[in-house]
Amino acid sequence: MMIVDALSWVLLVGGSLLCVVGGLGLLRLPDVYTRAHAAGINDTLGSWAILLGLMLQAGLGLVTVKLAMIGLFMALVGPVSSHALLKAAYAHGVRVQSSDEEPADVD
Amino acid sequence: MPRILSSLLVLVVAWGLWSGHGEPLIVGFGALSCLAVFGISRRMDRVVGEQPLDYGLALRSLGYLPWLLLQIVKSNLDVARLIVGSAPTVHSHLIRVQADQATELGRVIYANSITLTPGTITLDLRGQDLLVHALTRSAAEGVQEGEMGRRVSRLEGQG
Repeated sequence: MMIVDALSWVLLVGGSLLCVVGGLGLLRLPDVYTRAHAAGINDTLGSWAILLGLMLQAGLGLVTVKLAMIGLFMALVGPVSSHALLKAAYAHGVRVQSSDEEPADVD
Repeated sequence: MPRILSSLLVLVVAWGLWSGHGEPLIVGFGALSCLAVFGISRRMDRVVGEQPLDYGLALRSLGYLPWLLLQIVKSNLDVARLIVGSAPTVHSHLIRVQADQATELGRVIYANSITLTPGTITLDLRGQDLLVHALTRSAAEGVQEGEMGRRVSRLEGQG
């Protein structure tokens, strides 16, 4: 079980690092549009890696099924929330900086 | 009828996996809540219209999801590298992308797949037009190149 343990820790530490990088992105990137991409790291690979690491710790059983369901919900809800956030920002006139063109309005 | 059976089956299996309990009282509550959710979702059919039931889609998604997962991993690492780089070189801009999937469901899957990969987020889906915000030029090129759109078209089986 050494290998499973090692893999699980690689995933847990890697996922945590990705989440820290996502948080760093929130601070370093300039505006709401670019920051949403940084948050996307936490929504996807960061949280999935942590969940997968936890599944390896839990072994085959109901706990693993629940962790998988959480991952599925993250995959369905993450894009919807980023989309809603940026669409709201765009509709309320937050400019996209350094953009080449401004396509028509969104309401 | 297959519709009713399959949605009840999904609810019962989901309840069983979440709870893991076997006492008669708890199972009774579970049965009641399954019936309640079933009733509510039947009512929802009247609001949004009956959605087509497509078992083939679930099968074909077994080919699509691993590819999508690989793209998500790749673009996650791209964005992470950009963030920790000495000076983040972003080229924040909007692009228009054509979503020529035949069904509404196909276009929504495409829009959500674009958003799921960090570096690109779909702002709007109107008819066949997607408005996408891209973090970098290469992220934008990745979408415009169209591989994902073709794979989603194949996923929906064109109608």
